[in-house]
Amino acid sequence: MSGTPQPYGLLAEVTHRCPLHCVYCSNPLALLERQDELATDDWLRVIDQAAELGVVQVHLSGGEPLVRGDLETLVAECRRLGLYTNLITSGLGLTESRTESLVAAGLNSAQLSIQGDAAESTDLVAASKRFDKKEAAARIIRDAGLPLNMNVVLHRLNLARLNAIIDVCVRWGAERLELANAQYYGWALRNREQLMPGRAQLDDAVGVYRRRKAELAEQMEMLWILPDYYEPYPKPCMGGWAQTALTVAPDGVVYPCPVAAEITTMEFASVREHDLEWIWTRSAAFEAFRGTEWMPDPCRSCVRKELDFGGCRCQAFALTGDAGRTDPVCQHSPDHHLVRDALVRANQDGGAGGQLVHRRPTVSTRGR
Amino acid sequence: MTAAYELTATPRLATKAMLKHDRVREVQLLLLPERVVLLNTSSAAILGLCDGSRTVRQLVEKLEHDFEATDLANDVISFLNDASGRGWVVVT
Ligand SMILES: C[S@@+](CC[C@H](N)C(=O)[O-])C[C@H]1O[C@@H](n2cnc3c(N)ncnc32)[C@H](O)[C@@H]1O
Ligand code: SF4
Ligand code: SF4
Repeated sequence: MSGTPQPYGLLAEVTHRCPLHCVYCSNPLALLERQDELATDDWLRVIDQAAELGVVQVHLSGGEPLVRGDLETLVAECRRLGLYTNLITSGLGLTESRTESLVAAGLNSAQLSIQGDAAESTDLVAASKRFDKKEAAARIIRDAGLPLNMNVVLHRLNLARLNAIIDVCVRWGAERLELANAQYYGWALRNREQLMPGRAQLDDAVGVYRRRKAELAEQMEMLWILPDYYEPYPKPCMGGWAQTALTVAPDGVVYPCPVAAEITTMEFASVREHDLEWIWTRSAAFEAFRGTEWMPDPCRSCVRKELDFGGCRCQAFALTGDAGRTDPVCQHSPDHHLVRDALVRANQDGGAGGQLVHRRPTVSTRGR
Repeated sequence: MTAAYELTATPRLATKAMLKHDRVREVQLLLLPERVVLLNTSSAAILGLCDGSRTVRQLVEKLEHDFEATDLANDVISFLNDASGRGWVVVT
């Protein structure tokens, strides 16, 4: 195992199918279909290989993971191997009996996402009227004895409601709330002009966050995930490329991060053809951006290169078409104008405008 | 959440937390929904005894016996206070 790091986390994206249609969804525009998905046995093999590789935590996500009827089987296998399991869900499909069987199989934790503080917001950004289902899911999670973790993606259309969103999470008994400023991948990038907040709106929200965090310190842990377009330096994404975690997509293709499928110029291997150990330690895609050797200037000669690893490869690709460039979010990046221009548009009166596109399987940019 | 521990309290690992001996890396880990915490020997030993079946006093006695040490009470209590502030253990 010489110099190669060992991953702690596996993000198992068991499906892309989902009853919701969030305009900010970070899933790829080319969504995989049911017939592309790995079978139960494939997933069991992936879990076993992940445990051997050093993975200790398995996050079950998607799409909506609950659409798969075999989640209990996967959770039980994780439990057998002593792996911690976390369900990342929209709450749709989380009935009492489903939760009971998941907990019986060994589920350790669940994270519930909401779109806003009321039915209209779920309707607007997710094109669904299932807010009642989310409230029920929160209660069911708590009744099952699981800690309730919540997540809400923040953007131009809901930032002004932050205070009310926090109230909802407190009322539902959340132990922890992630306020995730939208990251612009997949459908969020497609809708970026409509989702990007203005500076004043963001500053107001930061004020609300600080005040409520102090107020609720004893009750609910709150986490603010920075809107990176407004930061001077990029985020240290995933602790660096292929360092601490890996993602297995519904079709078995393995990525160093959940959105790397967007990098169409790289070839990623599948668990259908290779074992996880080979993919993690030897595949060209995982080796490509490990460490700092691959870096161009300005990163190569920068004091921060071990702090942010030159930022996100997927964002570099999405904005410049070259995954090997400095993340354009960085103020030193030669491509930084791409980010600055988007911010200028977001700060005009009324924002950049345009039509929102809901996440749907039929829309495809790659002609699948 | 941050009740100060006394010798009569009975600590238990929080439901969301799981202790794991990582055989790949040969270390003791505390697994939480969004975090993996690398534990040193004494933290792992204390948390391993927080199963809701013994009081802090009994826990200290067992540690002093197992580690052939004395006067561990203060260290254990301050560790437990910290751990409960982080939501790793709860009192029952
Ligand atoms: C892609 S979803 C899949 C699981 C499930 N459907 C759900 O929504 O919880 C995984 C998590 O990513 C969050 N998320 C989705 N799009 C995002 C984006 N553009 N930026 C940041 N977080 C995002 C969701 O709120 C959810 O917590
Ligand atoms: S973020 Fe929304 S659309 Fe995307 S997978 Fe989750 S619930 Fe479905
Ligand atoms: S130049 Fe590269 S390493 Fe330096 S801050 Fe920018 S992205 Fe990070």
